[in-house]
Amino acid sequence: MTLYLFYFLSFLAILCALMVVVSKNPVHSVLYLILTFFAIAGHYVLLNAQFLAAVHVIVYAGAIMVLFLYVIMMLNLNAETEPQKGKWLRVAATMAGGLLMVVLVGALRSAADTISLPVQDSQIGMIKNLGRVLYKDFMLPFEISSILFLSAMVGAVMLGKKEIK
Amino acid sequence: MENVTKVIQLIPLNYYILLSTLLFSIGVIGVLFRRNAIVIFMCIELMLNAVNLLLAAFSSYRSDPSGQVFVFFIMAVAAAEVAVGLAILTMIYRNTGSVDINFLNKLKW
Repeated sequence: MTLYLFYFLSFLAILCALMVVVSKNPVHSVLYLILTFFAIAGHYVLLNAQFLAAVHVIVYAGAIMVLFLYVIMMLNLNAETEPQKGKWLRVAATMAGGLLMVVLVGALRSAADTISLPVQDSQIGMIKNLGRVLYKDFMLPFEISSILFLSAMVGAVMLGKKEIK
Repeated sequence: MENVTKVIQLIPLNYYILLSTLLFSIGVIGVLFRRNAIVIFMCIELMLNAVNLLLAAFSSYRSDPSGQVFVFFIMAVAAAEVAVGLAILTMIYRNTGSVDINFLNKLKW
């Protein structure tokens, strides 16, 4: 059952990611990207990383994609105003990306064989274990990230103002 | 729940590497394919997520919590990045009346 779930979630993620790229309406792109993020959250659950799955759904699907949807609807973008590249540029883009994929797959084909993997039931993704690591070993970066958020907030407000004096 | 999370025993790590590579490449194709700056930004988010998935997979397979903590910090940075980036994009829309990247060629050689 887990195997089928893995294949289903992978198929869903890749299909929705392709639809993000090819759909003409930007609103549809956002909705397909939300589906992709839910599929990736399902992968996190499969990897026994429940904390990451919850944070991923809350931060990405809940906050970031709502912000994208809000901006796209505020700017009133739709399929009519969507600028399209020429046919040959699109073919070239697809070929370049496909070649990058071939190179990466070829380079990483035997990457997993070089490290020895302990086959065990991993419990590190649980909130209890992850919280212990986060508040003990990564205390300083965790606190510094609050300054990052403050500066991002100040920057967003300053950029959004009508005139900067 | 015990049956679902047996993925580490059942699925080789290579499958996760392949999946992440595919998602990353689709993100790259999207950046090259589209002209709408907001959709390009969304494709960059897709690439970030592909890398996050690979980090979480390696972390789970090796039972090392540092990878998952790192994914958590990447998510924090991505949230800040999106807030500032979308503010910049709305500013560009206000000044040029469009989000087409072909109008933004002042720095192009």
